[in-house]
Amino acid sequence: MSVGLGHYLVVAAVLFTLGVVGIIVNRKNIIVILMSVELILLSVNINLVAFSAYLGDLTGQVFALFILTVAAAEAAIGLAILVTYFRNRGTIAVEDVNMMKG
Amino acid sequence: MTSLSFALAHSLPEVILGAGAIVLVLLGAIRGRDSDGPMTELAVGILGLAILVILLGSKTNATIYDHAFIDDAFGRFMKVLAYSGSLVTLLMAQDFLSKAKIDKFEFPILVLLSTLGMSMLISAAGLIALYLGLELMSLALYVIAAFHRDDRRASEAGLKYFVLGALSSGMLLYGASLLYGFAGTVSFAGIATALKGTPGLGVIFGLVFLMAGLAFKMSAVPFHMWTPDVYEGAPTPVTAFFATAPKLAAVAITIRVVMTAFPGITLQWQQIVIFISILSMALGSFAAIGQTNIKRLMAYSSIGHIGFALVGLAAGTQMGVAGVLFYMSIYLVMVLGTFAAILSMRVDGKPVELISDLSGLARTDGAMAFFLAMMMFSLAGIPPLAGFFAKFYVFNAAVHAHLYGLAVIGFLTSVVAAVYYLRIVKIMYFDEPVGGFDKAAPVLRVVLAITGVLVTFFFAYPAPAVDAASIAAKSLF
Repeated sequence: MSVGLGHYLVVAAVLFTLGVVGIIVNRKNIIVILMSVELILLSVNINLVAFSAYLGDLTGQVFALFILTVAAAEAAIGLAILVTYFRNRGTIAVEDVNMMKG
Repeated sequence: MTSLSFALAHSLPEVILGAGAIVLVLLGAIRGRDSDGPMTELAVGILGLAILVILLGSKTNATIYDHAFIDDAFGRFMKVLAYSGSLVTLLMAQDFLSKAKIDKFEFPILVLLSTLGMSMLISAAGLIALYLGLELMSLALYVIAAFHRDDRRASEAGLKYFVLGALSSGMLLYGASLLYGFAGTVSFAGIATALKGTPGLGVIFGLVFLMAGLAFKMSAVPFHMWTPDVYEGAPTPVTAFFATAPKLAAVAITIRVVMTAFPGITLQWQQIVIFISILSMALGSFAAIGQTNIKRLMAYSSIGHIGFALVGLAAGTQMGVAGVLFYMSIYLVMVLGTFAAILSMRVDGKPVELISDLSGLARTDGAMAFFLAMMMFSLAGIPPLAGFFAKFYVFNAAVHAHLYGLAVIGFLTSVVAAVYYLRIVKIMYFDEPVGGFDKAAPVLRVVLAITGVLVTFFFAYPAPAVDAASIAAKSLF
């Protein structure tokens, strides 16, 4: 059985779902949320590269490179915000992010 | 014709913003001092220059940078609004930031970079350009949400905004990847050509994910959960910024995407827009009633107003788009005025943000109470104030598109929303005074007075705004 476009799309869909579920059900640690975000972005990259190869069109790979770059910047900013948060609160448990409600 | 100088001439406002931001970073680093100094003034000057370039520049449309960037009347209209929003919030922010001792030189630079992102977003003609503009805007916004880094609420607001914002970018990207795969191109025009006839399941999935990401940036229900917390936690000038320019940019790109990339599958995106519009109007109206914090109230109010604006988009006609543009320009003025009043709420040098702090304002500061009351009447949509005309145009467009149900729901929810706007007026005029506020900074008084006059006497001369919005909408069809 040869590996076709469909297989790549399924892998990407599974990774994407895992990332989203990881953000939603995770109650312990905000670092895990950052990891889940990376998972989502990488699943999108799999999608794009698979489509790019399937269509014989380079645009998808260019898009994937842009996403990798932006994801790095995003992770840097996320960690920076997380550090200021930890300094103020002394915890990074998701359950404790609850000063404002309603 | 598509030489570099031609491209640069059509993206001159972006070039000015980008180069200006870089120069300011260098300047800030060289000066080496922490305080803001003339940075805000320079940033305001750069934004003002960009607005002038758009207003006085060529009025021809062009698609440049390999079909990634489009310069048209629609983009120019939204850019002028977004730049004005950033400019006025920068002016209003200075006083607050210096009193809170967070007047770092990075603030105006981040606002500039974020505005550059909005500008790229508004002019995006393809999915890659959309994503890059959106991220440039959002990354700067995450940082300024947590700008008060010693404040627990601000850092929590920044964290929440970042996590949910990253999730929404992920969804938007997933949708973009599906659209790329099933349409075979990333340009909006190319997607429109590829999607003739009945769309496949992949395209529908892509559309839904893309709309989810955009709805998040607009803070439309069901992707609004971050809005109240971030509005409440972020420093007030930052909240004012969030409520104006980024929202305009998000609405602009949503209109551009559905009108230029999906004109062939109107029925599909119309359902989504109607759905989020009704939910936003309902939630914005009902959830705001019990609020005690005025920034949180403005968050729910902004959710509701996005719902009203989307009524126009749901119509899917040129008239509807013109209505949305008109609505957003009026909304910008009303929100800037309201936040000028909120920023003036200081007792003994400390900012206060409870609605009860406004008690009896009419007796301690009649002018501020009057203008804030005008803002509230206008936000509620009471004639003859500007907010009434805004709602009138979008509902009118919906009725012309035979969306009677949507227009009726919009009308009813705006009646419900009037409850909490009128409650603020009642508190200001009929409750016992709790002691006045400190003397507000002159710039806040000026902004409040100008926006108040604009909103109150708009009915006398509405033609410029209406005409500009219709010309802008026409360029999309």
